Amino acid sequence: MSVTLDIRLKRANKVYHEGEAVAGVIVLMCKEALQHHGISLNMEGSVNLQLSSKSVGVFEAFYNSVKPIQLISNNIEVAKAGKIPGGKTEIPFEFPLNTKGNKVLYETYHGVFVNIQYTLRCDMKRSLLAKDLTRNCEFIVHCQPQKSKVVPTPVNFSITPDTLQNTRERSLLPKFLIKGHLDATNCVISQPLTGEVMVENSDVPIKSIELQLVRVETCGCAEGYARDATEIQNIQIAEGNVCHSLAIPIYMVFPRLFTCPTLETTNFKVEFEVNVVIVLHDDHLITENFPLKLCRV
Amino acid sequence: MMDGTDPLSMFAAANETPAMAHSTTTGDLLRKRREKEEEDVGADFVPWSSKRGEILARFTTTEKLSINLFMGSDRGKALSPGSSAVSDKVRTRLEELDDLEEGSQKELLNLSQQDYANRIEELNQSLKEAWASDQKVKALKIVIQCSKLLSDTSVIQFYPSKFVLITDILDTFGRLVYDRIWTMCSDSQILPENFTSEDVNDTAKETCLNWFYKIASIRELLPRLYVEVAILKCNRFLNKSSIQEILPRLTAMIRGIGDPLVAAYARAYLCRVGMEVAPHLKDSLNRNFFDLLGTFRQISGESVQNQLVVQRVETPEYLTLYSPAINWILQCIAYRAPEPLLTEMIERCKTLGNNALLLNSVMRAFRPEFVAARATDFIAMIKDCDESGFPKHLLFGSLGCSLSSADPPESERLTILNEAWKVITKVRSPQDYINGAEIWVEFTCRHFSKREVNTVLADIIKHMTPDRAFEDAYPQLQSVIRKILTYFHDFSILFSMERFLPFLDMFQKDSVRVEVCKSILEVFIKHQVELTRDPVILNAMLHICKTMHDSVNALTLEDEKRSLSLLIIGFIRVVSFGRDFEQQLSFCVEARATFCNLEPVMVQLIHTVNQLAMETRRVMRGNHSRKTAAFVRACAAYSFITIPSLSSIFSRLSLYLLSGQVALANQCLSQADAFLKAAVSILPEVPRLISVEGKLRSSESFLLDFINSFMATLLVVPDHPEHGVLYLVRGLLNMVQDYTWEDNSDAKVRVYIGALPLLAAMSQETFLYSVPKVDSNETLYGGDPKFLSEINKLCETLIGQILDHLKILGREEQTTRRQSTLAFSLFNVLLAHGDLRNNKLNQLSVNLWNLSHKHGHCETRFSVRTLEHIKHQAQQLDMAHLSDTVQRLALQSRT
Repeated sequence: MSVTLDIRLKRANKVYHEGEAVAGVIVLMCKEALQHHGISLNMEGSVNLQLSSKSVGVFEAFYNSVKPIQLISNNIEVAKAGKIPGGKTEIPFEFPLNTKGNKVLYETYHGVFVNIQYTLRCDMKRSLLAKDLTRNCEFIVHCQPQKSKVVPTPVNFSITPDTLQNTRERSLLPKFLIKGHLDATNCVISQPLTGEVMVENSDVPIKSIELQLVRVETCGCAEGYARDATEIQNIQIAEGNVCHSLAIPIYMVFPRLFTCPTLETTNFKVEFEVNVVIVLHDDHLITENFPLKLCRV
Repeated sequence: MMDGTDPLSMFAAANETPAMAHSTTTGDLLRKRREKEEEDVGADFVPWSSKRGEILARFTTTEKLSINLFMGSDRGKALSPGSSAVSDKVRTRLEELDDLEEGSQKELLNLSQQDYANRIEELNQSLKEAWASDQKVKALKIVIQCSKLLSDTSVIQFYPSKFVLITDILDTFGRLVYDRIWTMCSDSQILPENFTSEDVNDTAKETCLNWFYKIASIRELLPRLYVEVAILKCNRFLNKSSIQEILPRLTAMIRGIGDPLVAAYARAYLCRVGMEVAPHLKDSLNRNFFDLLGTFRQISGESVQNQLVVQRVETPEYLTLYSPAINWILQCIAYRAPEPLLTEMIERCKTLGNNALLLNSVMRAFRPEFVAARATDFIAMIKDCDESGFPKHLLFGSLGCSLSSADPPESERLTILNEAWKVITKVRSPQDYINGAEIWVEFTCRHFSKREVNTVLADIIKHMTPDRAFEDAYPQLQSVIRKILTYFHDFSILFSMERFLPFLDMFQKDSVRVEVCKSILEVFIKHQVELTRDPVILNAMLHICKTMHDSVNALTLEDEKRSLSLLIIGFIRVVSFGRDFEQQLSFCVEARATFCNLEPVMVQLIHTVNQLAMETRRVMRGNHSRKTAAFVRACAAYSFITIPSLSSIFSRLSLYLLSGQVALANQCLSQADAFLKAAVSILPEVPRLISVEGKLRSSESFLLDFINSFMATLLVVPDHPEHGVLYLVRGLLNMVQDYTWEDNSDAKVRVYIGALPLLAAMSQETFLYSVPKVDSNETLYGGDPKFLSEINKLCETLIGQILDHLKILGREEQTTRRQSTLAFSLFNVLLAHGDLRNNKLNQLSVNLWNLSHKHGHCETRFSVRTLEHIKHQAQQLDMAHLSDTVQRLALQSRT
């Protein structure tokens, strides 16, 4: 006897804000009538912290303290024990998305060491002979828009061999002058990062110009913390020896789920940076780093 | 380096969408909608599809190519949505991606150009398959890998063709995505033609958005650009104005492509999709062009030049690789563009030092009228061009193309031609030369007289004859002929060009030669309306027709022979020497000798000669002088010796008959006799089965028809003094008697029944018809009783034969119907032609009537009508005896 259990949210994009109601239907499909011992629906929201392997040794002391931080947890009984008729049964449900006490609903974020995730879980209990059925469904929480206006502050940059810090043999470097600007470093998450970069001159041909989006995740508390930077995505904006003195657009869309408004709490931090990486034909790598502040408006 | 998860795969996992459900109706609607949208750009816009083939044919290579793909193992498992938990799906998708990413890098080396095209087509197929089996990620992966191939310029001569092949895949992908989202929208109700984003439901929007997010995270520049352009149209689902913002962004994005050739083609693709999706947004087209101009200096830059040295490609050849892209961009810009914009474009090109490549594209892409009006300026610009890069004859070629469809000011035309030809004639390579010359022939024909065209032809002959260079240039040479024929319809002028026939002599390959001759004849038949005797035309045309005729051999197909014959017949028909009949006859003699292998031509010649004889008769008003009598006899002789050479028996028969009639009309009695005798003598040769339009059919009905019309002629043919009475009639009947008719056929008896009216007509005092100035048997015998008794004897024999046959038919049940029909027709003949006052005959006819009604096979309708007719006849004078007869004719009772 086969039965399938599914949760369908009303909103196609599955995005909800605090205070709104998460609504949808539980869909049950079975060929013939089905006996069950109750159906329940559970809403969970939590922050999962994980320490990177390189940090574990140092901070073993508080390893235990890194346990999930629960943000929201709700449970309702959808149906009492009974029978479901054969065919398709839809049971509508609605959950208010409200926190208890002074807890804050952080925005959904999928990272490496920090994960903020919200799920709906539907359980159907059945008799001893049949297995219980479970279905999970993730939904996405966007935090409330920031009240204050974001004033874009353009950042100009100019890269020459002399401006580089991390070099051993500065004298061996070819000559180049690369100018450009970012339209803003405090970015609205739903809008792309924009700007321009221009190769004024370069002795060695350019191989590639890339934008590297980096997340900086910090876990820990008063006793100490682990800070790790990992790449989210790398977008090539120029390939090959580009025309000199021609402005090349910088344009990057912030990927959903993998970015969130910059977050700073007592237990963890999520921050973002962008690197403008210029690869020269002799495989020299020139990087210019810009911290970003993301927000939602 | 840092580690992290590829967001693409995660998104792919997140983007779970229901399976495609294509009903036929939606499919139809989609097609209709697509057709409709293509109309947004007018029909005067030359579509990309027409450029495709040209590019593929032009940019070829013999070098070995390679495809480097990160694809491979087909783990073609379609995921059935909704059946497993999300996490499972994520895992499968991730595995799938890992699989594509890691071990399966596949590098195909040493591919020939054809292999390469096949591989790309395979990818196109696997894209469609992947899509159909709901493997969207795999589909996207294929498209990304394909677009990556476009950054590889290793066999640079092939790049334009590669672009064509790969953008085909991108187009397919764009269409698939668009159609799919469109279907998602029309779940509940079907979207209107001009829908806006408000009509689109959330699920569809979300899927659409997912695609764009996915594409935005593609790592490499070129695939990200191409794939986004491919699905540009999908922006319609999201936001009406967004395309307006996206086009400039994509345009700017191309600046990041370092290789100028790759960038130029990316721009061409953007313009192509842009024209399709938002033809009204002209700005980004212009922007693209200006960016292109801005990066032009890169071509002379070090990295490009180094690459050319490595690949051993010359700069002029390299520059031509740009042409399709730049032409396309300029064509998009120039489409319905105001003059000032075009002028501005030219000015911009000028400021770039009259770059030849650009100039070439401008001439190709802008409206021919625009170019033609400024032809002199263009020539000046071409002259100022830097010689090193782009060969000038190509520039003149492009100019010629424009001038062949639009006219420059009249006063400048000769100068233009001189300037152009000066350059073209200096071209060394025969292939380059003929390519240029072919274009300019059109301009010459359009505006100048035969003198100039003749000069041009002479020049072409001079260039193409050494080393038999013409052998490699047949298509171009044929095109030259075609162009000349389009403009010169007066063949006396055409053939008076000294160089025209020598030009034809360059076509030395048989098939091409015949092809050319045919095209000339086609034009000749179409445009030579008036009859002609011009010796120049006749000589030349005879030469051409002879060439065609001589190409016929044992292997020539019937169809080919037929079409050649038709063309030659068309020519023969326009030849007329007016009153000079003898000359005409000698032309026919010559033609017969020349075209002896084509039977339809022979037939036509015989008809022509017969016509000639009749024409002579008309001119002499029937009274031949000694000279004309000799001439018509010559005509008859011509036919008489020509007919036997035909292989078709029925052509021979009907021509003998026809020629006999003509001879009779011209009072050539012995000739007429000979024709008819010949016809009778070949009757036994008629096969029982003949092939009609490729099928074997019984010849019986044809033969009966012929015999009937033959007998009609026999009435007026006087008996030969040396042979017996009714020599020809007897001869014919004997042949009929001896002929091996089909078993179970009444044909012979039907001939006999048909002969009775002839004999009845012959026994009249005055014949029904006669030939002027020919004494028929009526005058020869003057109703001699001996003659009449001969006829009677004959009739008796015939009727006896017929009655015997009727008796045989009566023996069997199956044949009674045939018996009834035959008896009824004999009754009718007797009624119409016999003298029923004769008791015996009267009795016979009554018996026949009864016989025909005996088995109830007779149509009552006919019987009633016949009876009414007889009653009507009986009321006339001298016909009273019929009323008695009527009494005895009983109608069949209807049981």
